[in-house]
Amino acid sequence: MIPDEIKTLPVVAALVEVLPESVSAGKLDRGELTLEVAAERIVEVCHYLKHEQKFVRVSTVTAIDWYPEEPRFEVVYHLHSPERNQRLRLKCKVPGADPEIDSTTGVWRGANWYEREAFDLFGIRFRNHPDLRRIMLPETWEGYPLRKDYPVTGDRV
Amino acid sequence: MSEPDTPGVTAVEAEPAESVAPEIDPRPRKLVLNMGPQHPSTHGVLRLLLELDGENIVSAQPDIGYLHTGIEKEFEVKFYQQSVTLTDRIDYLAPLSNNLCYALAVEKLLGLEIPPRAQWTRVMLTEFTRLNSHLVWLGTHAIDIGAMSVFLYCFREREDILRIFEMFSGQRMMTSYFRIGGLALEPPRGWQKRVKSFIDVFPSRVDEYEELLTNNRIWIGRTQGVGRFPLEDMLDLGVTGPMLRAAGLKYDARKAEPYSSYEKFDFEIPTRTENDVYARYLVRMEEMRQSARIIKQALEGMPEGRWTADAPHVVLPDRDKMKTQMEALIYHFKIVTEGFRVPAGEVYQVIESPRGELGYYVVSDGTAKPYRVHVRGPSFGNLQAIPRMVKGTLIADVIASIGSMDFVLGDSDR
Repeated sequence: MIPDEIKTLPVVAALVEVLPESVSAGKLDRGELTLEVAAERIVEVCHYLKHEQKFVRVSTVTAIDWYPEEPRFEVVYHLHSPERNQRLRLKCKVPGADPEIDSTTGVWRGANWYEREAFDLFGIRFRNHPDLRRIMLPETWEGYPLRKDYPVTGDRV
Repeated sequence: MSEPDTPGVTAVEAEPAESVAPEIDPRPRKLVLNMGPQHPSTHGVLRLLLELDGENIVSAQPDIGYLHTGIEKEFEVKFYQQSVTLTDRIDYLAPLSNNLCYALAVEKLLGLEIPPRAQWTRVMLTEFTRLNSHLVWLGTHAIDIGAMSVFLYCFREREDILRIFEMFSGQRMMTSYFRIGGLALEPPRGWQKRVKSFIDVFPSRVDEYEELLTNNRIWIGRTQGVGRFPLEDMLDLGVTGPMLRAAGLKYDARKAEPYSSYEKFDFEIPTRTENDVYARYLVRMEEMRQSARIIKQALEGMPEGRWTADAPHVVLPDRDKMKTQMEALIYHFKIVTEGFRVPAGEVYQVIESPRGELGYYVVSDGTAKPYRVHVRGPSFGNLQAIPRMVKGTLIADVIASIGSMDFVLGDSDR
């Protein structure tokens, strides 16, 4: 459900009109706009936002682990349009078993390292990513440290 | 002396003609050169794999992660206030910028009102941080290119700035001076005198650096026209900060998304259009002058009043109150032992750090520890552009190009 208070915002209105049912929910909290996007349509939405809505930058791509809830992961995109002086947060829910989502590197080349980081630390695989390798940790590392079931100290479970 | 009849020896003697004149391969050979992680001009532990065709760069592959310390994970097991010390260690040349960004993010979640004196002190010290960072950048960048003396001048002024930090916080580098809810301590007595004596001479010091470099033929020869790549590529690759401004984009978070009462200060955003290493140098030099302007305004117009927010459940009570009032003692005990709860929600706070867009994404689930903190360090985004920037250039220009990025590996690796 998209609340009425944000339906009138130009970005949301345009998205709902051009790509219906791609946005499932949204909120305007503390002045920050968040939209929940269906995971399978993320590339389409990002492409539209970049080329038609001037969100030329992706500030960061990261993830949140809601373990033990399902769907377990949320992939979070922070978009920025210097021209409109506006920021926008997109979120996609990704299941805990075999977490996978399409890569947005085709939209912004800058998403490359951010997605690699999310892959490295959360174990979320980005489909069609040109270079999906660990970036922070050694190639031989086992496990994904930013997952909630990965201990901060002591032995790995 | 050894056995003369070994088959190996006779074999070599049997065909001497081939080993003397090896066949020359007419195709150009590619050489892969490993630069770093201990190369002095990578300013930390950046590793670059350069594929070379003679002196030309065919491709470059940055390799980071050598300074990864799991700071984002560490945030999740510390109380909000305890994590301030982690933020210092992310970008160790701009600790106060990181303190500020984190504090602003959590304050936004809490809905705290920060008194003007704390806000202005924050602005002033953050600008000192910018000077500090730019001075280290200028000194090391110049030394990379061969101008040795600039480094010594820069570190002379940097020392004064570190003394000012020490005066305020007791620490020269890992200051942790901005806390959630305001400042860690009341600004010290006599700080105005120290800041004034610095800011009175600093603009003339910038002139001094410029005298050494701006019209220096070697400097111009090494920097002009080097490290250019189009603005569209920069935006696409996640480059921020002075690099964008040197490419003509007039964007600065201090003006576009003002925080901590930056809107009350009068300053310019310097831009250039040449988009090369030299333009980035000029932009940063002008930024130093503008920072000095802001510091001067903060010094002259510093408001009176409290340095912490009126929020007893977040801010530790004054020492004398804690010892005389029961309520203050209870608050003190509770904050120290169980922290403070932050309403559930999420915030992405952006500030203009010396290197570009610094963002803290803080997610709270309503408890006293953050559920998730993600740090968008400007260096991480900037480093991604290295392959694009150095492709097709000469190997000698790589040093000048990556120097003009001004990255800090702690900031990118976290």
